[in-house]
Amino acid sequence: MRYSGLKVFTEGLFGNKGWTPAWRDPQPKAEYDVIIIGGGGHGLSTAYYLAKNHGITNVAVLEKGYLGSGNIGRNTTIVRANYFLQGNSEFYSHSLKLWEGLESELNYNVMHSQRGLINLFHSDGQRDAFARRGNMMLSQGDDAILLDREGVREHLPYLDFEQTRFPIYGGLYHPRGGSARHDAVAWGYARGADRRGVDLIQNCEVTGIDIENGVVKGVQTTRGAIRAKKVGIVVAGRSGQVAAMAGMRLPIESHILQAFVSEGLKPVIDHVISFGMGHFYISQSDKGGLVFGGDLDFYASYAARGNLPMVEHVMEAGMTLMPMIGRAKVLRSWGGIMDMSPDGSPIIDKTHVDGLFIDCGWNYGGFKAVPASGWCMAHLMATGQPHEVARRFRLDRFATGHLLDEEGTGSQHNLH
Amino acid sequence: MRIPCPLCGLRDRREFYYYGSDDYLHRPGEGAAPEAWDAYLHLRDNPAGVTRDLWYHETGCTSWLVVTRNTVTHEILGAELVAGEGQGKPAPKGRRKAS
Ligand SMILES: Cc1cc2nc3c(=O)[nH]c(=O)nc-3n(C[C@H](O)[C@H](O)[C@H](O)COP(=O)(O)OP(=O)(O)OC[C@H]3O[C@@H](n4cnc5c(N)ncnc54)[C@H](O)[C@@H]3O)c2cc1C
Ligand SMILES: [Zn+2]
Repeated sequence: MRYSGLKVFTEGLFGNKGWTPAWRDPQPKAEYDVIIIGGGGHGLSTAYYLAKNHGITNVAVLEKGYLGSGNIGRNTTIVRANYFLQGNSEFYSHSLKLWEGLESELNYNVMHSQRGLINLFHSDGQRDAFARRGNMMLSQGDDAILLDREGVREHLPYLDFEQTRFPIYGGLYHPRGGSARHDAVAWGYARGADRRGVDLIQNCEVTGIDIENGVVKGVQTTRGAIRAKKVGIVVAGRSGQVAAMAGMRLPIESHILQAFVSEGLKPVIDHVISFGMGHFYISQSDKGGLVFGGDLDFYASYAARGNLPMVEHVMEAGMTLMPMIGRAKVLRSWGGIMDMSPDGSPIIDKTHVDGLFIDCGWNYGGFKAVPASGWCMAHLMATGQPHEVARRFRLDRFATGHLLDEEGTGSQHNLH
Repeated sequence: MRIPCPLCGLRDRREFYYYGSDDYLHRPGEGAAPEAWDAYLHLRDNPAGVTRDLWYHETGCTSWLVVTRNTVTHEILGAELVAGEGQGKPAPKGRRKAS
């Protein structure tokens, strides 16, 4: 079924009885050409582009819970292309272009809103670093505007500019940055993949990977064994466990990241604001909730909830930056399991097993990457060659020293 | 979350700096192969369940601790002083059980 304004209108006239499920609920077949483990954003977009770009439709996505039950439904939805390092910047630039056409591509409203992202800076040194980053963004073909304090004030008059700890010097404005509705992205790709013949199999946990003589043969699941010629591991925070089924130890440590949403308010925050020095960022959802968060809890964790010290830290940072939010009530907080790589950049690569591929290491920035990650992972799985914009996302780069340390903080899991 | 420092007693998590898995205690010896350094610095079992990792009692006694805890429940099962462990000491066998 094609969705359209006219369809909404006519369905409204006839009691909304004509809507059908957005995807099938198939039984797993005995064999597929490709199995994708993990029905998060990246797994679903990989399946979609395998079908769309490469005509490979005999594909199953195996998801242990329900589609969108992982980080794709837990993130704070910032979409941006403001990376500095070559290797990262062309990838995120490609991803943002895919975002810009995503709704017509998928015939699905993912509520992508390019409301502009402003990264604040608070010292001369930081201004220089941001000017340099802005130039890299421009030379990548993306957009960046360096704002001074008055420039920031025009956009964000409600900030506390005079705070003594981090007085605001200015900001790097990325007008094409913004947000989207996170689970709609999963649903849109799921529906698009299903319509092209991909089987989306929920409540199906992969418990083993079958390998014979160094070649992948299929997977063991809670719904039986399924054979496949190629298998992709796309399980974000659970990458360590699933890779261990193929005898691999990954350069990944799983950490917890929390987020918060307030009660619904009238529109007050038009942009996405990032206050890096305070480890705080915020935007307002279309429903009116203030969506905000901060840093990792900073210890390895698989509990999809965090501890109170980070809650307190985030609230304090928010109050420092914009005291006006102090009277809003927090409605909910939650956590997601982040696949932290030592240099903070992702991995899209082959493994030592023939036919087994891996896409992981998204840290806390994998939402914006959903379109390009699926695009590049599908390219790799279909052609055996890395896609041009993801060629540096190698699994062996830690061993060889070809790091992509965007923040320049060092190659250690807890530093990004 | 509170960590039982053997010297200071039960202390708030905020007094500690988390460093990473106790793989860091098993530094390869001089002349070890590059693979051993990669494993030491980057590769992790990353268990969902009981793990042992290094914490620094930064605003307390400034000791390094090996904390045994559960990554799924955040339960802390114990803490020992690192002091006494040496460079190049092999990892105890059978300790890396992921659930
Ligand atoms: C609080 C928070 C805020 C964030 N904010 C942002 C942001 O503003 N911008 C941004 O770009 N990114 C952000 N992120 C990061 C982003 O959400 C993740 O990097 C991204 O969603 C990870 O990829 P995914 O969608 O495929 O993961 P997931 O949705 O986690 O998908 C992995 C799936 O694999 C399944 N799985 C695991 N093991 C198995 C198995 N054995 N068998 C079958 N299935 C299995 C899981 O159930 C899960 O559904 C944030 C994350 C969090 C938690
Ligand atoms: Zn102590």
